[in-house]
Amino acid sequence: MESVSFPPLSRVAICGGTHGNEMTGVYMVREMQKQKMDKTGSLSVSIILSNPRAVEACRRYIETDLNRCFTSDLLSSPVTDSTPYELKRAQELNAQVGPKGSEEAVDLLIDIHNTTSNMGLCFIFYSIDWVTLHILKYIQSKMTSVDIRAIQLDLPISEAYSLESVGKHGFAIEVGPQPNGVLRADIYNMVKEAVDHIFSWLQEFNSGSTFEGGEVEVYTLVKSVDYPRDAVTGEITAAIHCQLQDNDFKLLQRGDPIFLSFSGETVKYDDEELYPFFVNECAYYEKKIAFHLGRKIKLTFPSINLTG
Amino acid sequence: MSSYNNTARFSEARRVAIFGGTHGNEMSGVTLVNLWMKNSAEIKRKGVEAVPFITNPKAVEKCTRYVDTDLNRAFTPENLSAPGGDDLPYEVQRAQEINRIFGPKGSPEAYDVIFDLHNTTSNMGCTLILESSKDHFNLQMMNYIKVGDLKMHVKAQPQGVLRSNIFEAMRVILKHALDFIELFNEGVEFPPCTVEVFRVLERIDYPRDANGNIIAMVHPNLQDCDWEPLNPGDPMFQTFDGKTIHYQGSGTVYPTFINEAAYYEKQQAFITTRRETLVASAIIKA
Repeated sequence: MESVSFPPLSRVAICGGTHGNEMTGVYMVREMQKQKMDKTGSLSVSIILSNPRAVEACRRYIETDLNRCFTSDLLSSPVTDSTPYELKRAQELNAQVGPKGSEEAVDLLIDIHNTTSNMGLCFIFYSIDWVTLHILKYIQSKMTSVDIRAIQLDLPISEAYSLESVGKHGFAIEVGPQPNGVLRADIYNMVKEAVDHIFSWLQEFNSGSTFEGGEVEVYTLVKSVDYPRDAVTGEITAAIHCQLQDNDFKLLQRGDPIFLSFSGETVKYDDEELYPFFVNECAYYEKKIAFHLGRKIKLTFPSINLTG
Repeated sequence: MSSYNNTARFSEARRVAIFGGTHGNEMSGVTLVNLWMKNSAEIKRKGVEAVPFITNPKAVEKCTRYVDTDLNRAFTPENLSAPGGDDLPYEVQRAQEINRIFGPKGSPEAYDVIFDLHNTTSNMGCTLILESSKDHFNLQMMNYIKVGDLKMHVKAQPQGVLRSNIFEAMRVILKHALDFIELFNEGVEFPPCTVEVFRVLERIDYPRDANGNIIAMVHPNLQDCDWEPLNPGDPMFQTFDGKTIHYQGSGTVYPTFINEAAYYEKQQAFITTRRETLVASAIIKA
């Protein structure tokens, strides 16, 4: 593959508290603001607490999920008295670090999240972006004792609904397992280390280094599975089976148990071999998702360097 | 209760309540109680009226700990007798309602046994929490449950999440508890026994700044180590820039409720306990 050049990546946004009860990002942003990290070497860093009202209430959101408000349609919809708080906030954020799709948007946007699922450290992104894949490879090489994985959601940018789609390049750092409202030191330390490495990579890139291309494994989202529910009330009638619980990214095969009903029956998986993730994520009960399923693919990416 | 040949006598435990959803986002209790309200076969015992009950339905509906105030701190004498009806905070109204149905607290009309089902984000395993160390009926019941089910290694449960193994473990504990009550009511005498307990000593808060914001996290060495000894000098908190704050107590304690999500607002990073062995006298139906 031929080498690719990019202009400097000098404007970066680090966001936390997009969901107000995902504490790693909340505290990371608070600390970075305290340490006045807005000017770091060659970088101009916007440190953003995305959903302050939800953070204050220690809730995922106040009226609607902020991290589903960033489609091009929603960002350009007119604001009325009945516009939910989070949609207004999304448009504010788009003005601050975007606008999405324009030249003025920040070069890189990183949004920090937590999950109750046992997913370790994941990068989540939409399009196959060389910058993101290089940063992923770099972090994997620096943090060898941690399982660092990548998840790709195959959506065109205009339909991409999360905050990281506002930057010219962007990804979410999703880390678990951590309960809502809880701050674990081991996870905080891991994310802090990852963010420090990302800043190092950006400084190196901006100073003219070439980064060799390579190959990386990525999980690409195929579909989601809901809980078994009561046909009348819609209440769930089973829990994730013990053999699936905490086994994110372990290949799920036909016949493997996936749910244990409250009346004691085991429900087995009956579809193509795929990899589960976001297994038993608390916030997804209301979105009717017990777990996601993805395919593992290998992506090749070229060397990159600064435009000479 | 009267003592006779060192055997404590208690009247029959006929009316039993099983509460879930006292905190609306603690899913094991919510799920079990809903299940038993639909089908009570599992909780039926001879001579026992076992009533499953959702104590905080509004909080359950919103999948939140509470709506106005923590229901599980609302059962004070002041609250239970407060006038004001609909103007009172939702949970105070609920506490009064629950006290009417299952109490009144302290009166002969009150239910004989109440089980209140909770979850925690702390790594506590299955814990039975008693208000009084002198209630021999409760101690004997705890002893019966523990013998029936060894040390269960179950993980913490996030709020709003239902973990199958925790749900099933709680179900089994209730089963043993109801079996105990049935046997007791039939006249079985339970011989004296010793029960190992952890007695609460004090609540330890996070280090905070002048604005009340936490400035350190539970140290990785302490995180998930509920019930393991914490010695003076052991790491306790870690600041955001990596410095360790050590435990400065005068002796070894056993910490628990380490990093419970709901306790950040109650100024509690963990609580310390000490180990004690309690002796329960023999008990028999009066």
